[in-house]
Amino acid sequence: MATSVMTHDSAGDPMSLGARIWSWITTTDHKRIGILYGVTAFVFFLVGGLEALLIRLQLASSGNTVVSAEAYNELFTMHGTTMVFMAVMPLSAAFFNFVVPLQIGARDVAFPRLNAFSYWVFLLGGLFMNASFVFGAAPNAGWFGYANLTSTQYSPGMNIDFWVLGLQILGVASIAAGVNFIVTIVNMRAPGMRIMRMPVFTWMTLVTQFIVVTAFPVITVALVFLMFDRTFGTTFYSVAAGGDVLLWQHLFWLFGHPEVYILILPAMGIISEVIPTFSRKPLFGYAIVVYSGLLIGILGWGVWAHHMFSVGLGPVADSVFSATTMMIAIPTGVKIFNWIATMWGGRIRFTTPMLFAIGFIAMFIIGGLSGVMHSSPPADLQQTDTYFVVAHFHYVLFGGAMLGIFAGIYYWWPKVTGRMLSEPIGKLHFWLTIIGANLTFFPMHFIGLLGMPRRIYTYDAALGLDTMNMVATVGAFVTGVGALVFVFNVLWSRRRGTPVEHNPWGAATLEWAIPSPPPVYNFSVIPEVRSRLPLWAQSGMSEVPATPPEPVHVPDGSYWPLVASLGIVIAATGAILKSVPVVVGGGVVLVLALYFWAFEPFEV
Amino acid sequence: MSAVAHHTSTGLDNRKLAMWTFIGSECLLFGTLISTYLVYQGQSLSGPMPGEILDIPLTSISTFVLLMSSLAMVLALAAVTRADRLWSRVWIFATAALGLVFLGFQAYEFTHFVHEGLTIKTSLFGSTFFVLTGTHGAHVAVGVLLLLTLLVRSFQGKLGPDKAMVVEITGLYWHFVDVVWIVIFTVVYLLS
Repeated sequence: MATSVMTHDSAGDPMSLGARIWSWITTTDHKRIGILYGVTAFVFFLVGGLEALLIRLQLASSGNTVVSAEAYNELFTMHGTTMVFMAVMPLSAAFFNFVVPLQIGARDVAFPRLNAFSYWVFLLGGLFMNASFVFGAAPNAGWFGYANLTSTQYSPGMNIDFWVLGLQILGVASIAAGVNFIVTIVNMRAPGMRIMRMPVFTWMTLVTQFIVVTAFPVITVALVFLMFDRTFGTTFYSVAAGGDVLLWQHLFWLFGHPEVYILILPAMGIISEVIPTFSRKPLFGYAIVVYSGLLIGILGWGVWAHHMFSVGLGPVADSVFSATTMMIAIPTGVKIFNWIATMWGGRIRFTTPMLFAIGFIAMFIIGGLSGVMHSSPPADLQQTDTYFVVAHFHYVLFGGAMLGIFAGIYYWWPKVTGRMLSEPIGKLHFWLTIIGANLTFFPMHFIGLLGMPRRIYTYDAALGLDTMNMVATVGAFVTGVGALVFVFNVLWSRRRGTPVEHNPWGAATLEWAIPSPPPVYNFSVIPEVRSRLPLWAQSGMSEVPATPPEPVHVPDGSYWPLVASLGIVIAATGAILKSVPVVVGGGVVLVLALYFWAFEPFEV
Repeated sequence: MSAVAHHTSTGLDNRKLAMWTFIGSECLLFGTLISTYLVYQGQSLSGPMPGEILDIPLTSISTFVLLMSSLAMVLALAAVTRADRLWSRVWIFATAALGLVFLGFQAYEFTHFVHEGLTIKTSLFGSTFFVLTGTHGAHVAVGVLLLLTLLVRSFQGKLGPDKAMVVEITGLYWHFVDVVWIVIFTVVYLLS
């Protein structure tokens, strides 16, 4: 049923608590789904961070016994899996959801119920994977799950079953969201929002979603093979039957390397919004930044075997992948120069989002340099499986992706909530994070080059690495305190944050043309865009009146997306329990929910 | 519904663009399955081998059946577009029925192979063959379900020309699944 909303959707509606919870469960509003994504993913981020702290406690000194070797395997596996699939990806999704429709001048995404479905599948998939801890069977073969560590012979327990099924569930959420956002960005732009007028964040979202819809089918097939090997006795990764364990590595990294860009491109998009805003200058070389992002997305498909130099692919393959890996550093470097050139001569304001964005650039340069070092196979053979690699990818994923995400949180927080986060507390958060991260990850370069292997639960005092490991552990806890400071900032802002108008930062893009928080219908009138920087240009866009001149249609909620995702998780639970009736039951719930979904009256 | 909701930047219907994107994603799914089949070709340590067991004449018939179902799908869309109730039902039914016949051939083939001693566990050929063709068969089954849903909607009088887009999108999926089969037939059967 259609409802028409004329007035501002205020939080002070006289709704009962139950009705309010129900309205969140059935919501199809991209802004609310974005908030759900953000809160859920941040909780998973804290869980993954806790796992990291336990790892660092264990490694604080040689011969430590904080956790057992078995528990350590579970911790580093779940730390990696959680951070990649349940923290960084969905934190980016929170921004896709909240920001992209606003940046292109749309009322919602193309398929609001599919969007809700993506969120519920992500939530339930994440809970499913973490439920493994309750059964004492958390995944323990690394986030990369190399065959044949994952075979029933070497992993007879439920650990790997949770991992295989959990990742497949999360993949469904990602592909559904990928299709949804590609259609949204290609098809739902406001008049005049030409493709080369789109904000860089929207552009990077588009590139990311293209990678998602192409890379996730590959990992899905690899996981199906593994599931069939474990459940039905197929021979995909069975050496005894003539199979090749490297098939898994190729399929995993064919997905896994594009996945790296799925993690980093959204953060690059975020800081491409933040840096121009706080330099009071348009982004230097907009088109080049966009094309570089596209090129990274394409080249990202041709570098996967640099994760496999040590398996002996031969000199030709090694040389080709070494060359492509060095090549991908070019568009990445181009972007870095563009951000620096944007700041050059600008009137820079060192606000918290700007500090995080600058932190991103600095950390990403360090991580990028060690990345180029890995691209040389002889050097990589020395570095692979050591803490040098751990140092590298934490500089790009924590120093890069996470700092970018924090820049985005501080930047769009006033748009989402209508209140500022505290700047002083934010700056404390920034300094704790950047100091903590460098204390943790910089010594790992040396720890690694001096020979400490990854994924081993302890080390010998004779290695002489106790001091540097202790420094890394102290740094991890400093970062952890930073995260707590951020949580405090959030709570502080809920009550005391300064209320804001439309555009507290004086930014240029469309989302800042409407109130904070935006009304449920986003734009009272869909604006006509006449500039790439509509709020900075003279008459860059048509007027958006304070109240809609005519009633705006807002779709009702739906609970079928939640029921459908429950069906998927019921089926997965049945697969864990090896119970065919439960699997079939879950399938029936899914199919019925999809039919009710398809035929319920729902107007976009 | 406001006019704005119908307007799209490209002029393409959102649902149609979504189906094209999904088909692009599916290309990678089948691409991975077919690549794995090719990588493992000739690597099986025990028989039956593809050359001994694959029945090209029989599968040519089922391939022809699936191709004809695509023709029926085209005719179904034409009939729905011109509001021809009778023939839209006939052709939608024909498409679904031909799809079911194809699935029947596949069920026969699978059972026959199991009797000949080729199961999903037997060898690399068995694993890659059954998972590849089985995934395709599952896609055909989903397509049949979609077509039967359209048929029911038609009998409910809810499949007029205004719903031609839904039929067209179902057709896109159906033709894609058909094209994938041509590739699988060529790679697995003709080049064995």
